Amino acid sequence: MTTAPLLDIKDLTVTYDSGAAAVRGVDLTLEAGQKLGIAGESGCGKSTLALALLRLLPAGAKLTGEVLLDGEDVLTMKWGRLRAVRWAGASIVFQGAMHSLNAVHRVGDQIAEPMLIHGTVPASGVRKKVTGLLEHVGLPASRADAYPHELSGGQRQRVMIAMALACDPKLIVADEPTTALDVMIQAQILRLIEQLVAEQDVGLIMISHDLAVLADTCDRLAVMYAGRVVEQGPASEVYAAARHPYGKALSAAFPRIGDPSSRHAPRGLAGDPPDPSDLPSGCTFHPRCPVAIEACSVEDQELRGERDWQAACLHV
Amino acid sequence: MTTTDASTKDAPAKDAAAKSPRTLARERRRRSVARFWRQYRTHRAGLFGLAALALFVLLALLAPLLVGADVQSVTKAPGKPLEAPSGEFLLGTDKDGRSMLGLLIWGARFSLTVGFLAAALSVAIGTLIGITAGHYKGWYSTVIMRVTDWFLVMPTLVLAIALASVLSRSIWTIILAIGVTTWPTTARLVRAQTLAVESRPYIERAKALGGGHSHIMTRHVLPNVMPLVLAQTTLVISSAVLTEATLAFLGLGDPTVTSWGGLLQDARDSGATTKWWYVMPPGIAIALVALSFTLCGRAVESVLNPRLGASR
Amino acid sequence: MTESTLLSAADVHVTFPGRRGSGSARAVDGVHLALGKGEIVALVGESGCGKTTLARTLLGLEKPTAGHITFDGAPLSYDSRSLKAYRNRVQLVLQDPSGSLNPRHTVYEAVAEGLRVHGYAGDEQAKVAEALARAGLRPPERFFQRYPHELSGGQRQRVVIAGALVLDPELIVADEPVASLDASVRGEILALLLSLREELGLSALVVTHDLGLAWNIGDRVAVMYLGRVVETGTVEEVLTSPQHPYTQALLSVLPEAPGEPVVLTGEPPDPTRIPGGCRFHARCQVLASGEAERAGVADACRTKDLPVLSAEHRTQAACHWAARAVTPQGPEASPAP
Repeated sequence: MTTAPLLDIKDLTVTYDSGAAAVRGVDLTLEAGQKLGIAGESGCGKSTLALALLRLLPAGAKLTGEVLLDGEDVLTMKWGRLRAVRWAGASIVFQGAMHSLNAVHRVGDQIAEPMLIHGTVPASGVRKKVTGLLEHVGLPASRADAYPHELSGGQRQRVMIAMALACDPKLIVADEPTTALDVMIQAQILRLIEQLVAEQDVGLIMISHDLAVLADTCDRLAVMYAGRVVEQGPASEVYAAARHPYGKALSAAFPRIGDPSSRHAPRGLAGDPPDPSDLPSGCTFHPRCPVAIEACSVEDQELRGERDWQAACLHV
Repeated sequence: MTTTDASTKDAPAKDAAAKSPRTLARERRRRSVARFWRQYRTHRAGLFGLAALALFVLLALLAPLLVGADVQSVTKAPGKPLEAPSGEFLLGTDKDGRSMLGLLIWGARFSLTVGFLAAALSVAIGTLIGITAGHYKGWYSTVIMRVTDWFLVMPTLVLAIALASVLSRSIWTIILAIGVTTWPTTARLVRAQTLAVESRPYIERAKALGGGHSHIMTRHVLPNVMPLVLAQTTLVISSAVLTEATLAFLGLGDPTVTSWGGLLQDARDSGATTKWWYVMPPGIAIALVALSFTLCGRAVESVLNPRLGASR
Repeated sequence: MTESTLLSAADVHVTFPGRRGSGSARAVDGVHLALGKGEIVALVGESGCGKTTLARTLLGLEKPTAGHITFDGAPLSYDSRSLKAYRNRVQLVLQDPSGSLNPRHTVYEAVAEGLRVHGYAGDEQAKVAEALARAGLRPPERFFQRYPHELSGGQRQRVVIAGALVLDPELIVADEPVASLDASVRGEILALLLSLREELGLSALVVTHDLGLAWNIGDRVAVMYLGRVVETGTVEEVLTSPQHPYTQALLSVLPEAPGEPVVLTGEPPDPTRIPGGCRFHARCQVLASGEAERAGVADACRTKDLPVLSAEHRTQAACHWAARAVTPQGPEASPAP
């Protein structure tokens, strides 16, 4: 028996008020210093999963299962403890950097806010800490006096990361951290995230629909479809040779430049993601699956394969 | 190589092909009205306002049957001047011995007509100016908005009094006076909404399709400002009813017709302000109608624009 | 290739007056570009490089400050009647399909809008159905009375494309057509654009920051930096053996790219303050590493502006160092220090 992992999600389900089953039985673990990528298209439950980790879901959402953060169950935690965990234990970097920052406060004050609320840093030391954080994310200390609209998209995302780091969390959840950014800025931000994870030994969960980005940044990859993990394994291997047909489709969606087979041949997946309140029978992917057989519309599939690399498909 | 993006469920869409687009559109409209009503029903104050309004409108429409035009006649007045309420005259009589209840019911016709028409005029002007000012940028917008601001800071009542006293005295003068003085609020609101709509990408798409100014204003902007305009209309009606009463009270109304404001003025002129049955009923009626329209307007606003309604 | 030119831009400049304090912004600062019939050209660059402004200018939505646009052999004129006629032939597809559809219009109305604007006299319903089917929404009648919010993102983008197709255009300008779509839908929409070219001979200018998209569907690519095209040529040549350091850097930071990524520092500079010399020199990794110095072009990089790339179809790059590397006595070579 080794020590408990940093994050251990056991059979987590989230059902919204409307009856939509957004997350349907997810098991995931993450060690400190490890980077886990969660891939999937909009509506697959990946953002809901991220919010569920810190119980940030709207009232009316029903959660079952366990989310063990350092051995403590977030889902049954008392309110006061949860508040402490939300900053010091784990923090989230959201995708819309413009909307997640308050337009009328200087960014330095916004970074300082959680430290003051949680009293993790003495008031006299806050300014110094903010300066340090900004430098850490590659922004000059003078930018602490800027308002969000004075910063570019990439700089704002850096501020968001500085905010997430403010209380030295053990886990960072990044929800589409680079989606709206240019390739060059995306590369800068990804480098920054990688470097911070390596330096501070925190756990990272990164959520994206771009498998290439995740494979490049993360150690492990979990592909989600209709609220379930349908494939998980070592990031670069899953990206290179996914076993689940949905994983294959996702990794083929963004071409490798120079690969003649994708030249003038974009590859996609027909059909739309299923409605979470009206899921197809059997394997939820079967209506869109290029290799579905008759049994797929009846039999639901569990994750199978070796412990390290599993996929939920009849063909594995 | 294209794919059918069709999901296999969706029963209603399946028989859609069988029906003509027109019947489908009608069904859809009926459904959206039903949805509107379901949400409106949840606003208790809005329901109260609507019920009160229905009563007033019904009374006004049925006035010729209920009391007849004769109630206005001074020569055929059935009672003695300033009689207190009794079994015969439930609300007493006025200075000429006419039935107050009858006059009150008859007055609803005038007050409501002026309210509706003046509000329609005001909102029409406001919408036209708001949309054009929001759509055409540059000097046109600047000039128009300065004019609007000027009207906005002008005390509405003073302007209306000036207009009503210069023009000949008739119902149309009152409508015009109210209409041309109360449009600026609507214009401001509509312009702001127009600017928001105009920044949406579908406007860019419409332009790239070759759509001209009138196409964009009528096909894209107007439907998107309509909910706002609708809510604004009910609010303007209530203030128009109030302004009409004020003008009449100040003696600027049409002396040949009976209106609630006119009744109050009669009461003041004849020095009968101590007779409560002469003063209270018209006053309460004015307040009730204005309140009902406001309640309806707020409810409509919050149904059509949930974000605005949140600040109720 | 012997394609005839459909749309071309000759030395187009678009300058926006500056806001208080700052100088005017040279969003497009001299661009030659030609698009053949049935050709798909990808216009690539970071945000703020002027690619969207250039696309809007090509559509006649923006008037160039200098230079001119030629369509089908005739210069584009800006009176409202000829612009309207032009828009019958050139169509726009925007990035965000949710925003480019009016939420109060049904799918039918959205697609028929172009026909109504141009006073189409034939059978409107048949035309709309045909366009929807072309865009992959089948059977079209099922979509007529739907509203945009009842559709998925991919379906919405198909409706926008159907709205463009309904006028039988010759050219589609697509601004980031798949940037806001999911990975799985992206390929489907790109395949649709390719199939339209095959079936209808449609030309397309695709504006994007996504080099993978250019690889997927582009015939030629033009890389823009600060208002100029800095490298242009066939997709194969430019993307597999880039000459300009900027293109090289863009390719090197792609997740699956081989070799060490060249992460340029800073944001793209401001179009209100375009640096002198080569406009890329302040961020250029070749100059910074001293390699340009060794090639003897460092001075030119800092002081000498480069000529605007021509609209010819051959592969070319606006770079002192690249010119030097190809032909040691290059025409632009300045006297070595």
